[in-house]
Amino acid sequence: MDNFQIIVGGAAGEGSKKAGLVIAKLFNSYGFRIFIHEDYHSLVRGGHNFSQISVSPKDKVEAKKENIDFLLALNEDTIVKHKDKLREESVLLYDSSITITELLQKDGIKTVAVPIDEILSESEGTSLMKNTALISTFAKIMGMEWENIKAVFEKEFNKETEKNIRVAEVAFNKTEKINEMAESGNEPAPLVSGNKAVALGAIKAGLEVCISYPMTPATGVFSFLTSTEGIRTCQPENEISVVSMALGSAYSGKRTIVSTSGGGFALMTESISFSAQSETPLLIVLSQRMGPGTGVPTYQAQGDLLFALNSGHGDFERLVVAPGDADEAYYWGGKALNMAWRYQMPSILIIDKELSENTYGLEGQYQIEKEDIVEGHDDKNYKRYDGDDISPVVFPGGKSTVKATGYEHTKDGISTEIPMEVKEMVEKRIRKGERLREELEVLETVKVYKEGPTAVVFWGSTKGAIIEAAKDMNVRLIQPMVLQPFPEKRMREALEGSERVICVELNSTGQLTQVMKMHGINVDEKILKYDARPFTVEGLHRELQEKISN
Amino acid sequence: MDNLILPTKNTWCPGCGNFGIQNAFKEAVSEMDTSKTVLVSGIGCHGKISDYMNLNSVYALHGRTIPVATGIKIGNRDLNVVCMVGDGDTYDEGVSHFIHAAKRNSDITVIVHDNRVFALTVNQATSTSPKGYVGTTSPKGTTEDPMNPLDVALSLGATFVARGYSGKPEHLKRLILEGMQHKGFSFIEVLQPCVVWYNTFPVYNERCYEMEEEYLPLDKAREKSREWDYANENNIPLGVFYKEDKPSNEELLGEIHPVDVAKILEESK
Repeated sequence: MDNFQIIVGGAAGEGSKKAGLVIAKLFNSYGFRIFIHEDYHSLVRGGHNFSQISVSPKDKVEAKKENIDFLLALNEDTIVKHKDKLREESVLLYDSSITITELLQKDGIKTVAVPIDEILSESEGTSLMKNTALISTFAKIMGMEWENIKAVFEKEFNKETEKNIRVAEVAFNKTEKINEMAESGNEPAPLVSGNKAVALGAIKAGLEVCISYPMTPATGVFSFLTSTEGIRTCQPENEISVVSMALGSAYSGKRTIVSTSGGGFALMTESISFSAQSETPLLIVLSQRMGPGTGVPTYQAQGDLLFALNSGHGDFERLVVAPGDADEAYYWGGKALNMAWRYQMPSILIIDKELSENTYGLEGQYQIEKEDIVEGHDDKNYKRYDGDDISPVVFPGGKSTVKATGYEHTKDGISTEIPMEVKEMVEKRIRKGERLREELEVLETVKVYKEGPTAVVFWGSTKGAIIEAAKDMNVRLIQPMVLQPFPEKRMREALEGSERVICVELNSTGQLTQVMKMHGINVDEKILKYDARPFTVEGLHRELQEKISN
Repeated sequence: MDNLILPTKNTWCPGCGNFGIQNAFKEAVSEMDTSKTVLVSGIGCHGKISDYMNLNSVYALHGRTIPVATGIKIGNRDLNVVCMVGDGDTYDEGVSHFIHAAKRNSDITVIVHDNRVFALTVNQATSTSPKGYVGTTSPKGTTEDPMNPLDVALSLGATFVARGYSGKPEHLKRLILEGMQHKGFSFIEVLQPCVVWYNTFPVYNERCYEMEEEYLPLDKAREKSREWDYANENNIPLGVFYKEDKPSNEELLGEIHPVDVAKILEESK
C-alpha cells in the first residue's frame, strides 16, 4: 500500500475536523504515519470545511497531494467541491440520502453509499453522529478490526461515548471490507498540531506563563496552554497589553510566551524594541497568514519574514527562527525560549498557518530541556546591567535592587545620555549578540537534504511538500532554520559547488531571496506562490521540473 | 534599600509637584516591605522617579506601565507593584490598559501624576487639560472637553478610588499607603501643578478640600466624583471616594507547577 489521501468534508459545525482527527488516530493506532491539512473559512456555521489526511504506511509524511484516493462526504457540497480530485480507483463514501448521479461523470470511481439514516435509527444515534457512521464504515472498508476502532472511539468521544460506539458498531457490521491493512512496523506517534508542538517544547524549556490575545492561526498555542494545568495564562485587552504583560512577567522571573499573527505582532513591535533595550527576555510565536491587512485570515502565506527581521525601532540583535514541521517546532519552541532567557533578548519563532494548524506525527528525534541562565548574586551591590556581555540576572523580591529600563542606562540601570556610557552599553549588547552567535555555531542553523547540482532553498512548512516533490530529482534542498542572526557561513557551505540556486517561497516579493542577497548570496531563480494556499507535492514537482529542465 | 533616595542628579524643575508626590510615596513605602516593592513608571517628568528611588523598578514605555505592572503581579503575587504614571500615559496613550486593569481588578496601585499637560515635550494638552487649553500644538486652544478619570474608574469597577494633591503630602501619604495595602486595583489620582507650563498651585490651594465623609457607596462616590469635573470652578474633594473588597484577578488565575509533557504526548497518540 502506497501513500494515500483522504478528504473528509462538511459544513462548519458538522464536525469534519473532528472526523479528520479520528480517522488519523485510527491509522495512527496501526503505526501508519499521518499528516492532516485543515482548510476552513472565516465563519462559524455553514460554508465548507475539510480535512485532508495524508496517510503513509511507513515513512514520515508532511504534505498533501492534489489528487485524492478517498472522499468522505457528509453533504453534497463536499462532493461538488472535491470531485475533480478523484481519479480512477478512487473511492467516494457518501451519505446515501445524497443523489450523486449527476455529480459524478468520471468512470472508474468506486462509490459506497452509506445508509447513514438507517444506521442512526437502528443504533438510536443522533444526527450529530453522522460522522461516526461514516468513519466506522470507512474503517471497515480499509480492513481495520473492530477492537481497534472501538478503542479509538472510546478515547476520542468523551460525550455520549456509549451511543457513538453503538452507531460505529452498527455501521461496521453493515459494511464489507475491501482492503487489507498493511503492516507498518511503527509504533503510534503523538499527533500534534504545530501550535501544540511549539507549546510543548516551550514547556520542556521551563515555560510558566502564557499571555496572548486570540488571532488565527496562532490561537492554538494559547488555547492549548490555557487548558494545561500548571501554566498561568491571561488574555488582556489587546496585543500591546499582551506584550507589555509578558515583559512584566519575565522581569518578575517567569518564563513567558506570547502567540500572535501578523496584525497582532505589528502592535507588539514597540515592546520588542523595549525588550532589547531593557534586556528582558521575550518569546513571541508569530504565525503568518495571508496579508496584507486582514488579508485572507484563515489561509497560508509566508509574508512576514522581513517584518519579523526588522520589527521594532532602533538597532539591536534578536533571534528569529523558522521551524518547518512539528518536530522542529517542538525543539525550537523550547530552544528559542532558552535562548531568549540566556541572552535576555527578543526572540521570534516565525511559523505559518499550515504548520500552526496542521496535524503531524511527532517523531521525537529532538530532545529539549530547560537550560540555565546566568544568575547573579542577590545582594545590595547587584547591578542589573553589569558585565561585558551577558549580565547576571536576579529577580526582584530579594536583597538586590533590580532596575530594568527602556532608556539607555548605566550598569545600575539609571538613565544616561553621556556618549561614552551610551557607547559602552551598545557594545555590551553587541557582545551579547556575539555570544548568541557562538552558541548558534554548534546548532543546526541550516539543514541540507539530498545532493545535486541545483540548490533549492526554502523555509518554514514548505519543507513537507518540497521533500516529497524532490524525491526523484537530482537537487540539493537547503532549509535555513535560523534567520537572524543569519547563518551566512553555514549557508555558503551548504551552497558550495551548486550550479544554480532557486528560492521557493509563499509570498510575492521573494523575502528569503532578499535576505540571501543582503548577505551577498546569489539567488538565480524564484518559485513563488501567493494564492493563500500551500504548495502541493504535485504542484511543486511541476514547477521544479520546469525550472530544472530549462 | 536603607536610603530610599538615590544620589542620581534630580532634573525636575524647582518647585515641581513631583517632589511632593515622591516625598509622600517615600514615607508610605517605608512602612511596607521595600524589598518586595516594584515601582513601574511611564514616560514623562514623573517617570524619572525610577531613576531617583532606590527601589526595584521598571522604567517602561509611554502608556504601557499598567500592563507591565500587571504582568509582574501575574508572575509573582508576593510583590507590591506600584505604577507611577502621568496623565498622558494613563488617560491618553494607555487608556485602554487603565480601563481594563480597573475592570479586571488587578492587584496593583496606580498613582497618576496628573499635571494636566504634556510637560516633558514642552507643553501640549492631555485628556485632563481644560477645553481651550493653549499649548504648542493647540495655539488657538483645545476643542475637547476634559475627561473625569475618577468617574471613569468608578464606572469600571475599580475597588479603591482616591484623589490627593501634591501640595498636601501628609494626606497623600495616607492615600498611597492605604492604596498599596488594598488588595485589588487601587487608583490614586494626584493633582500635581506644573510650575512651568500649567501652574495650578494657586487654584488647587484655594479649592482643594479633604472630604469629611469618605468610603462612600458607589452611587454617592460617583456623584461626589462629579462635584469637580476638571472643567468647572467648583471646589475639589480629596480623599478616598470608594473602597470595596473583592478577589483580585491575579489570585483567581491558575497555579504554576511542573507539567508532565511525556504524559501529554502519550495521550496525543
